[in-house]
Amino acid sequence: MKNTYFIFSREFSGYFKTPVAYIFLIIYLLLIGFFTFYFGDFFTREQADLQPFFQFHPWMYIFLIPAISMRLWSEERKSGTIELLLTLPITMWQAVLGKFLAAWAFTTIATILTFPIWITVNYLGNPDNGVILTAYIGSILMAGSFIAIGSCISAITKNQVIAFVVSLSVSLILVLAGFPMVQNLFIGWMPSFIVDAISYTGFLTHYQSISKGVIDLRDPLFFISTTAAWLFANTIVIDSRKAV
Amino acid sequence: MIEVRNLTRKFGDFTAVNNISFTAPKGEVLGFLGPNGAGKSTTMKMITGFLQPTAGDASVCGFSISSNSIAAKKKIGYLPEGAPAYSDMTPKQFLGFIADIRNLGGNQKREAISAAIARTNINSVINQPIETLSKGYKRRVGLAQAILHNPEVLILDEPTDGLDPNQKHEVRKLIQEIASEKTIIVSTHILEEVSAICHRAVIIANGNIVADGSPHELEGRSRFAGAVTITMTNTSENSDIANELKAINKVDQVEIDPITSRITAFPAVGENIFPQVWSLVQLKEWQIKEIHHERGRFDDIFRSVTCEKEYSQEQGGEL
Ligand SMILES: Nc1ncnc2c1ncn2[C@@H]1O[C@H](COP(=O)(O)OP(=O)(O)OP(=O)(O)O)[C@@H](O)[C@H]1O
Ligand SMILES: [Mg+2]
Repeated sequence: MKNTYFIFSREFSGYFKTPVAYIFLIIYLLLIGFFTFYFGDFFTREQADLQPFFQFHPWMYIFLIPAISMRLWSEERKSGTIELLLTLPITMWQAVLGKFLAAWAFTTIATILTFPIWITVNYLGNPDNGVILTAYIGSILMAGSFIAIGSCISAITKNQVIAFVVSLSVSLILVLAGFPMVQNLFIGWMPSFIVDAISYTGFLTHYQSISKGVIDLRDPLFFISTTAAWLFANTIVIDSRKAV
Repeated sequence: MIEVRNLTRKFGDFTAVNNISFTAPKGEVLGFLGPNGAGKSTTMKMITGFLQPTAGDASVCGFSISSNSIAAKKKIGYLPEGAPAYSDMTPKQFLGFIADIRNLGGNQKREAISAAIARTNINSVINQPIETLSKGYKRRVGLAQAILHNPEVLILDEPTDGLDPNQKHEVRKLIQEIASEKTIIVSTHILEEVSAICHRAVIIANGNIVADGSPHELEGRSRFAGAVTITMTNTSENSDIANELKAINKVDQVEIDPITSRITAFPAVGENIFPQVWSLVQLKEWQIKEIHHERGRFDDIFRSVTCEKEYSQEQGGEL
């Protein structure tokens, strides 16, 4: 546990050693504000909720999380510090978890920094703050899954650019799998259980109900188990590709 | 105490390390030698638990690196090849991180860090990001990291590579100072270093151990062992002198080094030729600049065991 914390704090403070972290935070906040107000009809809907805001989260994460996760293991491989790290008396899980938590904490901070939008909506009307809280939790859980994907993929390669592109593509596919348009492609000619399975693995299906404040334990469990599965794959990838 | 049993590592079809076994007791400094690509680093990566062996096992202070790896890793200080370190950290932060992971806290942590900084002379750069350090300083930071927790076993992959002569000397001194309570494996390409600090040398080539013994023993196995080398003040009569030396009946052959113009007389197997050569020198009143009774040459035995083919061709070619 302590070791996980040491790995976490080294990795986390690493984010703030370069201006990249601050640039990232600014871009994230600007973009999400822009999307919400410009495309989301935030004002013209005349409804006091944050639906338009939360609806953009998956799309933001698809592009921004790979930028955070790409360095997690690629950098260790490239600089050779992976050899140092993995010959210290720590378990593979402590290393994987510590790094994952650092990236997740960073993303969570970015998401929490969107709170002015929440203040605005409370100032303009009377939103259901329970729904907003649920949606925030759902968003953060989903971010965890994206980071686990990115972490696992960054363990495959020394090259951060490749890690970025591949993570982005995999994330995009997993989001689109739950998209009605994609489902419509399969309905009719595929057995319905396959259509259901495809839509079940899609992030959007699970995220949309949480973000509307629908509490169904299966949705958070989906993100938690997806995260766990990718982190497990992460440990296996590192173990099997150490020498490469 | 390090025990290596039948360690083998393959990369695809290629065997980088082939069935290597040796034991290094406490107090021993073991020099690990071999040409580039011999498998030194790969062996070290397996002993330290970074790479899984294809076959065999290593144990450190009785803990198997494959079945009890955390306990084994606690006993080891390791300087990987190239001395990797987190480049965005300063040496101070980096050593702090290592101390945390090594479970050193409070006073212990402070003392361990300042001792490691003093031993590796990095005090002047401890607050400078590692990425801005020179190669030698980076290596020293890696070394400080390896000795930080005062480990029972030290595994150092080319610790003096890139260091200036003063620092090389310091590192050798450091190794000698701490050697008595530890087991140390050092890989190096500097053969004098082996004679200077190692109790034992293991030479590997193409993944196999080709020689194992004390530096003194190995030097003694070289063809120069017992040879007498003469440097003349005036080298113009070298060939006459070589002929006279060859006439001594215990002398097997005589060679003149074309570059240094040294004349070397090799004894027949098991013979001591120094007294005869010395009498001849005095009798003929040769004007010699230097005369040397050789213990043997490490570089010669290294060449003969690591590239037998080229070596024997060269020997055949001369004289
Ligand atoms: N990950 C890998 N994949 C394939 N081959 C490898 C890998 N790592 C090492 N090798 C090969 O294994 C052999 C031994 O390499 P190793 O790094 O152990 O040599 P070394 O004795 O340390 O050499 P040097 O003196 O140059 O450091 C080399 O032929 C190398 O190319
Ligand atoms: Mg090497």
